[in-house]
This record gives sequence, structure tokens and C-alpha cells, in this order.
Amino acid sequence: MAEIAGVAGPGAHHAPTKRANWVPYALLVPGLAWLFVFFVLPMITLGSQSLQEGSVEAGYTFTGNVAIYAEALQKYWPQLLRSIGYAATATVAALVLAYPLAYYLAQKAGRWKNVMLVLVIAPFFTSFLIRTLAWRTILSDTGPVTSIAQKLHLTDLLQAVGLTNNDTLLSSKFAVICGLTYNFLPFMILPLYAALDRLDPRLVEAAGDLYASPFQGFRHVTWPLSLPGVVAGTLLTFIPAAGDFINSRLLGNTQTVMIGQVIDSQFLRVLNYPLAAALSFILLILILGLVTFYVRRAGTEELV
Amino acid sequence: MAEHEAGDLRLVGLTKSFGEFTAVQPLDLTIPEGSFFALLGPSGCGKTTTLRMVAGLEDPTGGQILIGGTDITRTRAFQRNVNTVFQSYALFPHMSVMDNVAFGLRRRGDKQAKSKAQDALDLVELGHAGSKKPNQLSGGMQQRVALARALVNRPDVLLLDEPLGALDLKLRRQMQIELKRIQQEVGLTFIHVTHDQEEAMTMADTIAVMNAGYLEQLGDPATLYEHPASTFVANFLGQSNLLRARITGSAEGGLLTADVHGEEILVDAKNVPEGLRDVWVGVRPEKLGLGETAGRNHLHGLVTDVSFTGVATQYLVRMPWGFDVVVVQQNDGSARARLGENITLSWDPGREFVLDAAQSDLAGIDEVLVDG
Repeated sequence: MAEIAGVAGPGAHHAPTKRANWVPYALLVPGLAWLFVFFVLPMITLGSQSLQEGSVEAGYTFTGNVAIYAEALQKYWPQLLRSIGYAATATVAALVLAYPLAYYLAQKAGRWKNVMLVLVIAPFFTSFLIRTLAWRTILSDTGPVTSIAQKLHLTDLLQAVGLTNNDTLLSSKFAVICGLTYNFLPFMILPLYAALDRLDPRLVEAAGDLYASPFQGFRHVTWPLSLPGVVAGTLLTFIPAAGDFINSRLLGNTQTVMIGQVIDSQFLRVLNYPLAAALSFILLILILGLVTFYVRRAGTEELV
Repeated sequence: MAEHEAGDLRLVGLTKSFGEFTAVQPLDLTIPEGSFFALLGPSGCGKTTTLRMVAGLEDPTGGQILIGGTDITRTRAFQRNVNTVFQSYALFPHMSVMDNVAFGLRRRGDKQAKSKAQDALDLVELGHAGSKKPNQLSGGMQQRVALARALVNRPDVLLLDEPLGALDLKLRRQMQIELKRIQQEVGLTFIHVTHDQEEAMTMADTIAVMNAGYLEQLGDPATLYEHPASTFVANFLGQSNLLRARITGSAEGGLLTADVHGEEILVDAKNVPEGLRDVWVGVRPEKLGLGETAGRNHLHGLVTDVSFTGVATQYLVRMPWGFDVVVVQQNDGSARARLGENITLSWDPGREFVLDAAQSDLAGIDEVLVDG
């Protein structure tokens, strides 16, 4: 080896090492540039926008108007809380629906695994908007779902717990949460699937061998080992759901307005850019805070 | 057979089929309480399936499993007072070693789970490792944690599924001795599944040799080795020279004469099953001596291979009819034979075992090669 290096000369020997050093960094550049131009710069612009005063016609000037945040909170705290509440409910619903499905896919589906995974992803082949509009048809007042729910007195039950306002399903909290759950379900299933796919079934067997009933085996072995998937799935569901503005508009009523819808109308209809920007930042900080708290808890395995 | 100890494990006509394939043919076994029992056989012989049925991880197709007279066939794994040391160890990666060992005790609501778990870890000499995670330990240590995790529950029966398979040779020898010590210390019934005949012989009081779903032979290691009931057992446990022979008559002193390719040898009548004429005469390599002085039976051949292993020298001696006889000579200082030398092999009648010639002399050989 030493001889070969000697023959090739020191220059030829060192050149490839040097190139190997800067190549990985060079590969990072496009991605970093992309994030800088389309994430960091807009964030700065948005932050500055929230602290400006003026109007679309007269133009905006930076005045450092921090009071806009207080105003935004005062005016729209119900929508903010509602968004967090709906998103949390939809996340829990998605977790309950997705977990058994992901478990089956990962551990029991055998040769049907790939087919079923494609079916999970299949809704993405249509647009988000179309899928949400389809729920209007599904839950329409004259549709079979509503009439069956009425026959089974489920509508009465939903009305009693305050999820609907009358004996129909559409234009209600219930419909909005259904839409959110449905739209973000694949984001819950896939991380759960990935975590449960790695679960060694022999560990569950060992738990059974050590006197753990199926429920205890789930609680002490399957669930903790799938926590990374649960955390990833809940974050991927909760974060976009909290900022969603389509479901509440298409499936809700005036009492179910979510913060995303407010930001949307402030930006595009009312044209109150500073208020919209301030609301965006408040939502961002709120979600960041909740997520940090949640991930810390999950990290210490106290999350049950 | 009528009386059973309180904690004996009894398998009655236990069967398991997977579709068309029968993994375990109807099996009857009684494993006495407190014994170290080995289920030995090549892979696919049904030993692991048998073990899993006892553990409750596999439902039998037929038959019964009883512990101390109580039928546990229909109970589920977590309801049985039986624990398994899995081949893969199956330690819970998210729990500390201590929590792994205390797992079974806690499921049963044992108040002293922690101190008992500590005792079990001390027993396997890992008392200091309780706070570590399993993946911070070496393979040998993980193996001992798995053992402690099963032992600590004081099960009626402790099942070991090829527990030493993943360890290197030196560590395996060490663990064999260790396991034997622990078994004697705690006095639990151990059932050890293995394909390693040496491991089974070193550790077990009783060995059940299984082949293709059937129980071939049951006995203590010495009996299995000295008096194998079939060519499979003869070949699977150690090496055997199987000489095709025909019983020709009787001689004085309870001996019979037999013809081996034209050479007359003597065999002990006690070793020959009643009425058998066409037989395999089996002689273990270490029972053959070089020269004419080692016994009354003589065979002549040419040395075709010599391998010196330190403790002993192994020869291959080609017989006139083309069969290679294996001879092991202890390194006791006596003269060694050279390659290409014509030598005489001798042994005394009574040192042999005799089997029906209807069986294949190759049974159990392929399996040994496959399993290493």
C-alpha cells in the first residue's frame, strides 16, 4: 500500500481525500438555500409584517406595534382554543382508529401488507379539497349516513353531547372533527406502521410467557415500544389539523370557525395583513409550546 | 409408572400438525420433577414445537399436557407456571435489566419483586448490571439475564430453547457448566432443547432423542451412547463405526460368532436382539485399539488418514471391502501408526452394540452435517 502511494505521488494520493471532504457540504447547499429562501425569509417578512401599520392602499410602515398581538389574542382567543381542541380531538380519534389498523398491517397482514399500504395512501391521489367536499355529500341531510344515524338515535346522542345542533350531521363540530380525522388519518397510520413493523413479535410472546395477560402485554411491551410511532403520528396529525382552514369552512358553521379560517380571511378578504401575521405567529408559538411539552413528556415515557 | 411425583410434567399423546405436515407425532413423555431433561435432535425434528406447546405458545393438535396431574393443555401461556428462556433471549429493550427480571413477578403482584430480582441477578453473577439496558450487555450477559428472568419466577418447569446457540464455543462451555450448577442449586425442572449432542450429554440427566417428529430413544447419556436403539441415535450421538454383519453361530461364554465381510468376530449375546441375523455391529472409535493386544476381535486395514488433535489421534483405516473405520487413540504415550501403514485393529466382545440391518447406516449423519 505504501509503495503504491509512493508510485502515484503524494499529490495524487491526497486529492481524493480533499474532494470527499467538501462534497457532503456541497450536497447540503441546495436544500439549505431552499429553506432559506422559502422558509427563513418569509418568516422574517411575516414577523416584520405583524409589526407594521397602515393599509393596502396607503402602504405599510414598520412601527413596532406589539399591541397588535394583544388585540389578536383578545379578539380571536375562542377560535384559537377551538382549533387546539378540535385538533386534539381529531388526533385522539385518528390514533384510536389507526392503531389497530397499523398493528394489523405490520404484524398480521402477511402478503396483503403492500396492497393494504397502497390503500392507506390511495386517498392522496385526489385533492385535499375534493376529499373534504366529498364529506359534504357523505354527511348530507338526505344521505344514507344521516338517515341511519337518525334511526339509531346517534344524532340525538351527538346533539346531547353538543357535537351537533340539530338532528342532522353536516355543519357541526362533529362534521369538522370527522373531516380533520379523515384527512390526517394516513399521517397517523404510516408512522405507527413503521414503529409496529419493527416490533419483534417474540417480545410479545415473551411477555405472555412471563404471566402478562394480552392487555398487560400490550401495556408494558407493545405500547411503549410503539411510542416513537405514536409521537410522530400525533405530531403529524395535530400540527396540520390545528392550522387547517378547509374542514371548518366546508363542514362547519359560524360557531365552528377555526383559527386557520380567521387567518385566511384576514389575509385574503379583510386585507388586515398585520393582524393576520400576528395570528399566524401566535398559532406558531402556541403549537411549538404544546409540542415541546408533549415531546418532553413522551421522552420520559410518562406518556400514557 | 403408576405413581407420579407432585410436580412431574407429563405429555400424553401430544401431537402437532401444521396443515398436511405433522411436526410432532403422538408423543408420550414423563419428565420427573427436578430433573435436567434434554430434547435432542436435528432442526425440524419437532423438539422446539414440543417445547412451545409446553410453554403454551403453540396449540397442540391433540393430546394432553399435565403438570403434577393438573391438565394445562387448554390454558394460555400467561396462565401457566412455566417459563421459557428464548433462543433470541427476547429481552425487553425499553426496560432496564432489573425491570426485565422483575417483569414476571410484577405481573403476579409480588411485593418483593425487586429484591427477588436482585437475588436472581446475583445468582447469574450480574448483580451489578441491574440498571443497564439489555443492549449495553454482551451476548453472554444477555443470555444470563434471560435465564434470571425465567428462573426468578420459580416455575414448575423451565424451558430452554437452544439458549446457548448464539454464543461462541468457549462461552458456551462455560455456560453449560453454569446452567448445570444453577439447576442443581434451585432444583427446578429444566427442559433443554438443543441440536448439539455434546451439550445435551454434558448437561442433562435424561435425553430424549427426536427425529422427524418421533421420539427415537429416551435414556441417560451413557445408555444412549453405549446402547443406541437405532442407527440414527448411533450416528447422531458421537461417531459410530457400523459394520455390516451376519450372526453365524454361538461360542462359549455367552458369545455369538458373526461374519463381517469374511472376517469372523465375536459379539456378546446380550447385545443382540432376539432372533436377529442380519445386523449392524457398532463399535465406537475410542473402543478400538491399534495392534492385536487390545482384544479378541481383529480387523486388518490400511491407514489412510491421521489427524492429531492433542488429547488424541484420529485415524481412518480402510478395510479390505472399502469401508473407512474411524479409530481414536488416546495420547497416552503408546506408539502411533503412520499414514500408509497396514495395521490390525482389535477390541473385546461386549464393547459393541448391535442394531437391525434393515435400518440405513447413514441415518442421522446428514443432519449432523447440516447443523454443524
